[in-house]
Amino acid sequence: MKATVLVRPKPGILDPQGKAVEASLRHLGFAVGDARIGRVVDLEVEAADPEQARAEVERMCAELLANPLIESYEIELMENA
Amino acid sequence: MTDTKPRVAVVVFPGSNDVVDAEVALERLGAEPVLVWHGDEELPQVGGVALPGGFSYGDYLRAGAIARFSPAMRAVADFAADGGFVLGICNGFQVLCEAGLLPGVLTPNESLSFVCRDVALRVERADVPLLSTCEVGQRLTIPVKHGEGRYVADPELLAQLQANGQIVLRYDADNPNGSLDDIAGVVNAEGNVMGLMPHPEHAVDPLLGSADGALILSALVDRARERLFAPA
Repeated sequence: MKATVLVRPKPGILDPQGKAVEASLRHLGFAVGDARIGRVVDLEVEAADPEQARAEVERMCAELLANPLIESYEIELMENA
Repeated sequence: MTDTKPRVAVVVFPGSNDVVDAEVALERLGAEPVLVWHGDEELPQVGGVALPGGFSYGDYLRAGAIARFSPAMRAVADFAADGGFVLGICNGFQVLCEAGLLPGVLTPNESLSFVCRDVALRVERADVPLLSTCEVGQRLTIPVKHGEGRYVADPELLAQLQANGQIVLRYDADNPNGSLDDIAGVVNAEGNVMGLMPHPEHAVDPLLGSADGALILSALVDRARERLFAPA
């Protein structure tokens, strides 16, 4: 089963990369604000069913993929993939 | 007193690059450094542990995030839980934070630039075991060299660190990375684990511009000596 984890800097956490990209976009003439840069982790998960897959990916996020002090995450499962 | 040199472990991860500096500095300060490979499941008989700087596992994902799963880090965690003294320098500090042995997390510098220069530090606590050789308010000159040294904690954690006196070193007037509250070094609640971004092992000889780093490393050597050779 394919899963995608989206890891984002939490609100209020300074994201210098996002700020730099935002400044560059403005420099190019785009009217943008609040650019934030996160991370995408695509995974192939071996699991019997979607519930088990989600539970496994939750554990991966808690143990490694995101640091709860600074990052939040969302899990997307592609059940037919 | 004894003539025997206290053994201090220096843990080597793939990507650690200050191992030799740490070894040489500890040796000069009277210790016998012992290199411990990241795959080792046990520490040798040592009185202290130093986690050196570098880019363990390429700093993939987040700095220190992968190194914390190495067998040697499990042994370091057991050593710390037993009251052993652990000093994390730069990447070592990042590893200790990711491993949950120290509070907080180190994030990319506010400037997004790698900083490499001497900084002035202010000693906030001299009654913690790994700063016993310093005085409160003392100014130390020690170099930093990192891209991810901005210390972050949420307001609740910061208040807790301030209340418990766990912020032991601060950047003095010149904050090189945007660290919260000018934090350069912290200890755990018990005080036996300390991490700092500046590199004391690069400042142990006046020829290198400063010997202030020797103060911090000698505290580790002193603690290691006491732990190994304390009278029964």
